[in-house]
Amino acid sequence: MSKAAELAALIGSQTALSNRNLIINGAMQVAQRGTSATVGPNGTGEGYTTLDRWDNQLNGSVVSTFSQSTEAPSGFAHSAKIEITTADTSLSAAEFWFFRTKLEGQNVQLLGKGTSGAKPLTLSFWVKSNKTGTYTAELKDNDNDRSASLAYTVNSSNTWEHKTLTYSADTTGAFDNDNAASLLIQFWLVSGSQYNSGTFSDGTFEAEVNANRVHSSQVNLGDTVGNEWYITGVQLEVGEQATPFEHRSFGDELLRCQRYFAKASGEDDNSRCLGHGSYKDSSTFRVIVRVPVVMRADPSVVEKSPGSQAYRGNHSGGNENNDGSTAATLDNTGQPVLTLNVGGFSGLSSTDNGLIKVEGSGNWLALDAEL
Amino acid sequence: MDEVTITEAKYVVGSEGTNTCIIVKFNGQQVVVPVNAPGNRHWDEIQRQVAAGDLTIADAD
Repeated sequence: MSKAAELAALIGSQTALSNRNLIINGAMQVAQRGTSATVGPNGTGEGYTTLDRWDNQLNGSVVSTFSQSTEAPSGFAHSAKIEITTADTSLSAAEFWFFRTKLEGQNVQLLGKGTSGAKPLTLSFWVKSNKTGTYTAELKDNDNDRSASLAYTVNSSNTWEHKTLTYSADTTGAFDNDNAASLLIQFWLVSGSQYNSGTFSDGTFEAEVNANRVHSSQVNLGDTVGNEWYITGVQLEVGEQATPFEHRSFGDELLRCQRYFAKASGEDDNSRCLGHGSYKDSSTFRVIVRVPVVMRADPSVVEKSPGSQAYRGNHSGGNENNDGSTAATLDNTGQPVLTLNVGGFSGLSSTDNGLIKVEGSGNWLALDAEL
Repeated sequence: MDEVTITEAKYVVGSEGTNTCIIVKFNGQQVVVPVNAPGNRHWDEIQRQVAAGDLTIADAD
């Protein structure tokens, strides 16, 4: 076979050359909520706190600082960093900590999961830690309560290492073709015996048994204050080959993230416009907000500083701040244009209308449709 | 895992005189959740906890 034919055959055997990476924000570029948060103990700070599309789930006394770091291997600018600030050297059976992202069912139909044509999956990533040893990366089928885990080893302390893990095709349990969470990618950092005392699934999907989800030699990252774990360049793709990380522009990645979380106000400290407000009643403006992309579901409203976040009206009756204690509420949720009620003003008249801004350094209003 | 604590749930009435959202503390964080929004994780969890008898949503002021 000629080289050209070999190349054509190789290309034909692969999936798309672009949009290969099913992971959003795998290079840890986007952190709309902030760049650092305290996570733990016992579920405190769980969920989405800094990097878009990535959250922590935990139980136990370990506490960490979770941040967007500028430590990164060549070719990357950022990583996710978890640094232990409160240690636990003696884990109870039910303690755990994993770092994860979730994928919508309609975005993983190409895997053919649950059919005779199911395809294997390859997860690749860069990782660095001072805590060497065995770790676990799990793929969880959230629709059918199935899971497959593989172990990887951090061989050298404080050294970026590239890992590649291939998970077997699963002919059982199709993913729902909808906008809900179907496939979860979970990096275990702490595991009590409840999760690592069984027969490790070793890359083969099986009905989820908690004891089989984590490798028996899984390290306890939380055993020493100062332990650090970094990850970036996370790529999940169809097939048994890991291809080079599919870099996307910041703007492209941000748009993908905004399907799940989007700031509706500007970020400049001097002019954080939320939208045009019209009179609703003597204390309230009705504000029109357009979402940057149609979001995954009708979004919730989240404020940076609830209870103390003021809004300013530059309106026909003058310029004034509201009382800062009144939450902006949803009046109409039909995307792509929402209306919010921003109350806490005083003495508005029916002719008052104008620009409504978010006040206070660093404050913002965001729309949340995360999985 | 994915255990959520919801407190201080209260409906808010919108311009049309109907409940348009719920102000709630979701794991301690204030969130304004649209009503009748399947797929919204806050709404789905509120519905689950209401159905389980673990949560009552207060009427709007």
